[in-house]
Amino acid sequence: MTDLAWIHGALTAARPQAVGALLRYFRDMDRAEEAYQEACLRALKNWPQKGPPRDPAAWLILVGRNAGLDGVRRQARDTVLPPDEAISDLEDVEAPLAERLDGADYRDDVLRLLFICCHPELPAVQQVALALRIVSGLTVPQIARAFLVSDAAMEQRITRAKQRIAQRNREGAGVPFEAPGAVERAERLAAVAAMIYLLFNEGYSGASDPARAPLCDEAIRLARLLLRLFPTEPEIMGLAALMLLQQSRLGARFDAEGEAVLLEDQDRRLWDNKLIGEGLALIDKAMRHNQPGPYQVQAAIAAIHARAARPAETDWENIDALYAALERMQPSPVVTLNRAVVIARLKGADVALEMIAPLEERLAGYFPYFATRGAFLLQLGRGNEARTAFTRAIALAASPAEAAHIRRHLDRLAAVKVS
Amino acid sequence: MLYTLLCYNKEDVVWSWSRAEDDAVMSRLSVVHEKLVKEGKLGPSLRLLPTTAAATLRGNVVIDGPFAETKEQLLGFYVIDVENLDAALDVARELSAANPTSVYEIRPIALYVPEARADAPREMIKAY
Repeated sequence: MTDLAWIHGALTAARPQAVGALLRYFRDMDRAEEAYQEACLRALKNWPQKGPPRDPAAWLILVGRNAGLDGVRRQARDTVLPPDEAISDLEDVEAPLAERLDGADYRDDVLRLLFICCHPELPAVQQVALALRIVSGLTVPQIARAFLVSDAAMEQRITRAKQRIAQRNREGAGVPFEAPGAVERAERLAAVAAMIYLLFNEGYSGASDPARAPLCDEAIRLARLLLRLFPTEPEIMGLAALMLLQQSRLGARFDAEGEAVLLEDQDRRLWDNKLIGEGLALIDKAMRHNQPGPYQVQAAIAAIHARAARPAETDWENIDALYAALERMQPSPVVTLNRAVVIARLKGADVALEMIAPLEERLAGYFPYFATRGAFLLQLGRGNEARTAFTRAIALAASPAEAAHIRRHLDRLAAVKVS
Repeated sequence: MLYTLLCYNKEDVVWSWSRAEDDAVMSRLSVVHEKLVKEGKLGPSLRLLPTTAAATLRGNVVIDGPFAETKEQLLGFYVIDVENLDAALDVARELSAANPTSVYEIRPIALYVPEARADAPREMIKAY
């Protein structure tokens, strides 16, 4: 790895802490971002010569704060800029201050920064786009590619989201800058966890498209960041474990033609053991707390699949029990639909079909409902009804991979009819 | 003399490497590994998963996260093969009972390359 690549990595890793702290100083998102960018420019100039500082985030915060203050003064035209040499010595001069910026400060800064992005008035896609821009530092074209929209459209979305937040601030209804209390912190953490999982799913559902796949890596990176800041939160461990275990299957989820491969048909040798190991370690750790939550339960289900060397070794009874727990915690037709797939194995497709029948009205626009219903009907030998369900599924497919998978079922049904 | 080389780096940076960046580092390292294997110098080597996946046993208290004191130093390590975290903790408790002032961090391993020396010792060669 070149020095420049190392510096780039260090800047990316330090960004959430640095922008979060600068936001606390300046209380203005644009000024915080500008100050951070200025600090990065100076880092690119200084670090290759002087070597990187021990704590890149503290360095960027201090330099960024000074640069931001320069900007304020420049606007006021009451003072001259200090020479750059003064900045290059800054690490020695301000070292004691740098040491006072400990983990506790970072923790609430990063959480606040992420939490501002998940403002409830913002649509989900804007929340994720804003977090990618502000917290992860992705460029607008990078985000636009991931969401399959034009640069201009994404620029507009992000600008609108920022304007909405700035307006709420002016109205005095923004996110306060004081350190949050315990309840407030827990609420922020839950909202941020939901946003990170949303980000992951944006990438996961489009994983056959290389432009979207990095969203999953970014979500995992943010979850690891949260874990370092909040190491004893079982639901954050569960969230990280869930994403790691799902991401471990990436190499096996699509065949050579880009068509989706069902979990039980995947070549498990293609699963990523490093991600599985990390995910299993985290879910084991989380479960020791005896405070189950939806992320932990979903991660536990993913862990059962990950621990089964072959599909036949899957502990379906345990998975069913976990889905039942999830239904109680987070009642939703989607959870019931997932549980029905397990019930089909344990008790037969007829029982499962009955179980999902009442969901049809609420899941009328949901691709997996009709794909699953079609699969149950197919198992029961009810070809005509299966064809109807698959046809509706195709109309709702969100990606070519999904559509291709269903088309294969339809082709097989057609072949049976002819013979 | 046997030495262990302990590798340190900024974890958040390393675990943010893209697959291509990670592969590039690992392939450069493997050139060195192969050379050491040929020279008969390489014992077991391993790469740890991030500290966020770690737990620490201090006395009989299990703490989430890595060992984080600076006054105590790394004095040795074990590689164990067990079913899950609970089983790993059982082993750590046994060690802790035998050596109660020591603290044991339980960190999962990402990559494990076993002993590759032709004349590798089958038993402990020296008791210090």
